[in-house]
Amino acid sequence: MKDKTAIVGIGQTVFEKKSKDTELILACKAIKNALDDAGIEPREVDSLGSYTFEETEGFEIARNLGFGEVHYWSEAPYGGGASCAAIGQVAMSIASGISEVGVVWRSRKRGDPSSRMWSHAEERMYDHWKWSRPFGLVRPADESSMLMRRYLHEYSYSREDMAHIALSLRKYANNNEKALMHDKELSFDDYMEARMISDPLCLFDNCLESDGAIAVVLVSEQRANKLKQKPAYIHSYSQGMSDQHQLMTDYHGSNPLISSSYTTAKNLYRQSDYSVNDIDVAQFYDAFSPMIPFSLEAYQFCGQGEALGIISEGGIDLDGLLPVNTSGGGMSEVYLHGMNLVVEGVRQIRGTSTSQVKDAKLSLVTTCDATPNAAILLKGD
Amino acid sequence: MIKNIPLPGTDDVHDEIFWKSTLESKLVVQHCSSCDEPRFPPRPMCPYCNSLSSVWKKCSGEGTIYSFVVPRPPLLPAFEELSPYIVALVALKEYPSIRMIGRLKTKEHGDIKSLEEVKFDIDDEVKVSFEKMADDVALPYWTLIT
Repeated sequence: MKDKTAIVGIGQTVFEKKSKDTELILACKAIKNALDDAGIEPREVDSLGSYTFEETEGFEIARNLGFGEVHYWSEAPYGGGASCAAIGQVAMSIASGISEVGVVWRSRKRGDPSSRMWSHAEERMYDHWKWSRPFGLVRPADESSMLMRRYLHEYSYSREDMAHIALSLRKYANNNEKALMHDKELSFDDYMEARMISDPLCLFDNCLESDGAIAVVLVSEQRANKLKQKPAYIHSYSQGMSDQHQLMTDYHGSNPLISSSYTTAKNLYRQSDYSVNDIDVAQFYDAFSPMIPFSLEAYQFCGQGEALGIISEGGIDLDGLLPVNTSGGGMSEVYLHGMNLVVEGVRQIRGTSTSQVKDAKLSLVTTCDATPNAAILLKGD
Repeated sequence: MIKNIPLPGTDDVHDEIFWKSTLESKLVVQHCSSCDEPRFPPRPMCPYCNSLSSVWKKCSGEGTIYSFVVPRPPLLPAFEELSPYIVALVALKEYPSIRMIGRLKTKEHGDIKSLEEVKFDIDDEVKVSFEKMADDVALPYWTLIT
C-alpha cells in the first residue's frame, strides 16, 4: 500500500452560506473540477468512495459525469470520521489492482440551520443517543464540550488558552481568498466576549455552517508520474476505533481523553518510513476546537496535556511547532465534513497553499477525534 | 422540531430492566452472569467473556462529577426553555469506570442556572434522583451531596 497510490486531482465548488445549486449539482461540479485538475477523462473513472452520510448516490454521480464501467465503490461511516477512510479504501482498491482511477467526494448543504441533524430528534430514541440526548446533551457541540472541560480541569487551562485555536485558524483563513471567513478578522477580545454555545465552548469554537462540495482523484503510482500535477502519494493510511468507543459521547473507555485517534496514529506511524518529527504540516479535523489539541497529542506531536499550552504560544501558526489547518479549517474556511482538510493537505505537497509551509514533503490529514476515525499521511517527491 | 424532551425507548430487551428500575427510583447496573464484570451502556454480550446472560444490580446511586457542560441556544425547544442548565457526566462510586449522563439539579430549585449560583466543580460528589417523564420512564438526575 505504501506510496502505491496518489491524489492527483483536487476540485471544489464555491463555498457559500446558501448555495442555489442542489447537492447533486455541487457534487458534479466538484468532481469535474477534480478530474480536469488531474487531466483525466470521466470515462476512465472506475472506483468511487464517499461517506455513509453522503446524500448523492454513486450511480447518480456515475451517470451524470459519464463514468465508464465501475469496478469498486464503498462508503465510510461515522460522519466526520469518514473522509480519510473513504480515500484509504479507494486507494486500497487501486493498490490491489481492482480498479485504476478513483474519485472520492462530499457534497453538503448545511448552511441552513434547519439542516442541523440534532434538530430532527424524534420523540423517542432507540439507539445509543438514548443515554445522552434525553438528558439535555443534545448537540455534537455539547458532547465535545464535555471532554474539553475535563481537559481544562486536569491540565489547568482556561478559555484564554482555548482562544488561540480559533485565532490561529482565522489568520490562515484571512490569507485564503476562498475561505468563508477570509474578510473577517477575529481578535482575542472578540473570542472572549463571544456568546456561549455549550460552556466552555463559545461560538468561535464551532465549525461553520456552509454549502459546497469537494472531490479528489486517485490513481496508481505509475500513472501518477505521467500526469500534470505533482502527486501527493498516500504513504500510510489507517482507520481507528478504540476499546469501548462510541460516537461522540465517547465517555466509556478507561480514560475518555484517550480517543480513537490514538489507535489510528499508532497504526499510521507503524506503516510509515518516517517519524512524527519529519511531518511538516497537519490538517486536524475541527468540527469543534477541542479536537485540535486532542489530535496534536494523539498524533504524538507533544505529550498529553501539553497541546493547549503550545497552541497558546503560537504553536500551530505558520512559524510554529507544526502549522495546522492552513486553509482555515472547518472553523474558518468551510465545513465540508473534513474534505477541505484533504485538499489543503494536497496543496501543501504541491506547494500551492495560501499559507505554504516551505518545502513541505510530509503532510498529515486526520478525521474526527470524537468518532471512530481515519488518517492519511501524504508524501511529496 | 419536537416540542417535548426526547425520551428513551423503553421496550428494548437489552435495557428495559434499566428503565423499569427508574420507575422504582432504583439505579441498576448490568453485570455479566458469568464473569460478574459490570458494563454500560447496556448491551447483550459481555465484552470480557462473551457471555450472553446478565443480571442487574442496584447501586448506591452515588458518584463524582467527571465533567459537565452548560448548553445554550440554539437547542430543541424544550431544552431552550430550561437553558442555561447543567449536564454532568457522573462516574459511579462503586464503578468509577462507568459514567452516566444526567442533569445536575438542586433539590430545592430544580436546575442550577449558573455556575455562580451554586459552588461546585469536577470531582464533587453527587447522588441520583429520578424525575418521572412518562408512564414508562423516569430520567435519573443528580444532586450535590453537601
